[in-house]
Amino acid sequence: MQTALSLRLAHRIGPLPLKLAGAAILALLLAMPALHVWTDPASSLHVSAYTLTLVGKILCYAIVALAMDLVWGYTGLLSLGHGLFFALGGYGMGMYLMRAIGHDGNYQSELPDFMVFLDWKTLPWFWQGSEHLAWALCLAVGVPGLLALVFGWLAFRSRIKGVYFSIMTQALTYAAMLLFFRNETGFGGNNGFTDFKRILGYGIAAPGTRATLFLLTVLLLVAALAAGFWLVNSKFGRILTAIRDAESRLMFCGYNPLYYKLFIWVASAMLCGLAGALYVPQVGIINPGEMSPANSIEIAIWVAVGGRGSLIGPVLGAGFINAAKSWFTVAFPEYWLFFLGGLFIATTLFLPRGLLGLLRRHKEKA
Amino acid sequence: MMSVTTSQAVQRESWDGDTPASGRLLQPGLDVTHGQILYLDDISVSFDGFRALNRLSLSIGVGELRCIIGPNGAGKTTMMDVITGKTRADSGSAFFGQTINLAQHSEAEIAQLGIGRKFQKPTVFEAMTVQENLELALAGPRSVWASLRARLTGQQRDRIDELLTLIRLGEQRARQAGLLSHGQKQWLEIGMLLAQQPQLLLLDEPVAGMTDAETEKTAELLLTLKGRHSLMVVEHDMDFIASIAGKVTVLAEGAVLAEGTLAQVQADERVIEVYLGR
Repeated sequence: MQTALSLRLAHRIGPLPLKLAGAAILALLLAMPALHVWTDPASSLHVSAYTLTLVGKILCYAIVALAMDLVWGYTGLLSLGHGLFFALGGYGMGMYLMRAIGHDGNYQSELPDFMVFLDWKTLPWFWQGSEHLAWALCLAVGVPGLLALVFGWLAFRSRIKGVYFSIMTQALTYAAMLLFFRNETGFGGNNGFTDFKRILGYGIAAPGTRATLFLLTVLLLVAALAAGFWLVNSKFGRILTAIRDAESRLMFCGYNPLYYKLFIWVASAMLCGLAGALYVPQVGIINPGEMSPANSIEIAIWVAVGGRGSLIGPVLGAGFINAAKSWFTVAFPEYWLFFLGGLFIATTLFLPRGLLGLLRRHKEKA
Repeated sequence: MMSVTTSQAVQRESWDGDTPASGRLLQPGLDVTHGQILYLDDISVSFDGFRALNRLSLSIGVGELRCIIGPNGAGKTTMMDVITGKTRADSGSAFFGQTINLAQHSEAEIAQLGIGRKFQKPTVFEAMTVQENLELALAGPRSVWASLRARLTGQQRDRIDELLTLIRLGEQRARQAGLLSHGQKQWLEIGMLLAQQPQLLLLDEPVAGMTDAETEKTAELLLTLKGRHSLMVVEHDMDFIASIAGKVTVLAEGAVLAEGTLAQVQADERVIEVYLGR
């Protein structure tokens, strides 16, 4: 088993060039915040706030893609509602950031601006405690987790799968979006949360804050990759692929797929929540648009393009598509959706294993 | 322990006299004092008005190898679905041993109780290696927590080696199961059933799509299992049945039409009629 495991490790991580490429990317990612903080803005080595924020945002997306792949690529549950968990995590963090504005808002009130605008006099009950970052983080992870637990338990217990499951997740995120659009829901309506000032007393746009948030995102991605790697190579991970490939066989082997699906589904939602919590302070805004069905579908496209059923694939996919997106939407804004759609079709037709499959094929030929 | 010996003895006399090999015939908790491991009593199942099973009654003895034959639509697969919890009976009862009412358990629980099932179409986990398939099927705890901490013990490794030899896939152990031939997948699936250490095995067309040589080896394999496990085999291949069967049950239109040795049922007028008479 020990040798088998190390063989598998070597096989999964790939040959030396790929390992070196991975190490180089990681070194670059770790260097970026340092270059942002410690180099002169005029220097050619300087990493601008724009670049740092853009890459930090993409790293958050990569974490979401990884979480999505655990339920889709490994377990075969295509979720078209993962954007909801991400957005909920973002809202959890956003609540803290709104409270941290304090009296510096437009209305100089103790309450967040949108509440003053709605003529609310006191904080709603679910905002209690949100002035503490630790509690906000609990919400950012716990709320998506709890929602996933309830939804998953009902869906998996009733053995809802395939396209029915996908449609239900899509409906769930759509319903949540409509709910969050309402001002009365208490989360800022269609404007959501923005104009953040500080986090733990540090200026939200200060170079040091940006660099710290960026580093935390890199760490979370690395930790998520490591945990995912351990998970999919354990017996648990093999049971997940067994659910994907032959669920009834697994049941007749004496396993109840319900608990396995629920575990990975909830873990995935919580990871998305954490990614959302890191995303919001970096981009400085969260609104119900993040819950739109199109966003969740895009997550699935990142995973499909990168290569589902592998851990690196979705990270590559999220990175590639979002980098392409930020270039395209500047250069040819009106063609971006055509490009995305075309890319998805081309991947489905020619690259069933995604970009990673392409890399691996070259390796196998060589 | 007394009852165990008695039931084996009873069993041995009651049919073809083959010596049951010693082994894990019984697990604690399963009461087979009357020598029967499975009782189906008066079971009916309807799908949209179609009576798939029509007051079916059947019992299987401990250590017995029973063959089930019958024309298409006779209810063979539905019967297996009822036994394994995939389909619930509209009426009637299914008992495992004297005391376990199968209607009260889910598919996974029934598998854990000791009933293994092979599907008509060989179903293995194609993305995994042969060995990993067997590892997943090995008897043991089935909780999420246990799966996160699972490590193969030496004993389990020996058991896997033993199974690989038995199903003749020793040299394919590191191969991806999806790359096996059809017959090898059938064997792997049988191996996975055995890894669960079931007391009753339900095999739905175990030799479908096999070459003659493979069929012969499968017959040998089933004969070695007989006595150690109780087996229920659904097949269409009469030569295969002739090579393994003690007792044959003929199903037609959801009920038992005839029961006896292969020669007896083949001579039965009603059986000839359902097979040839339309």
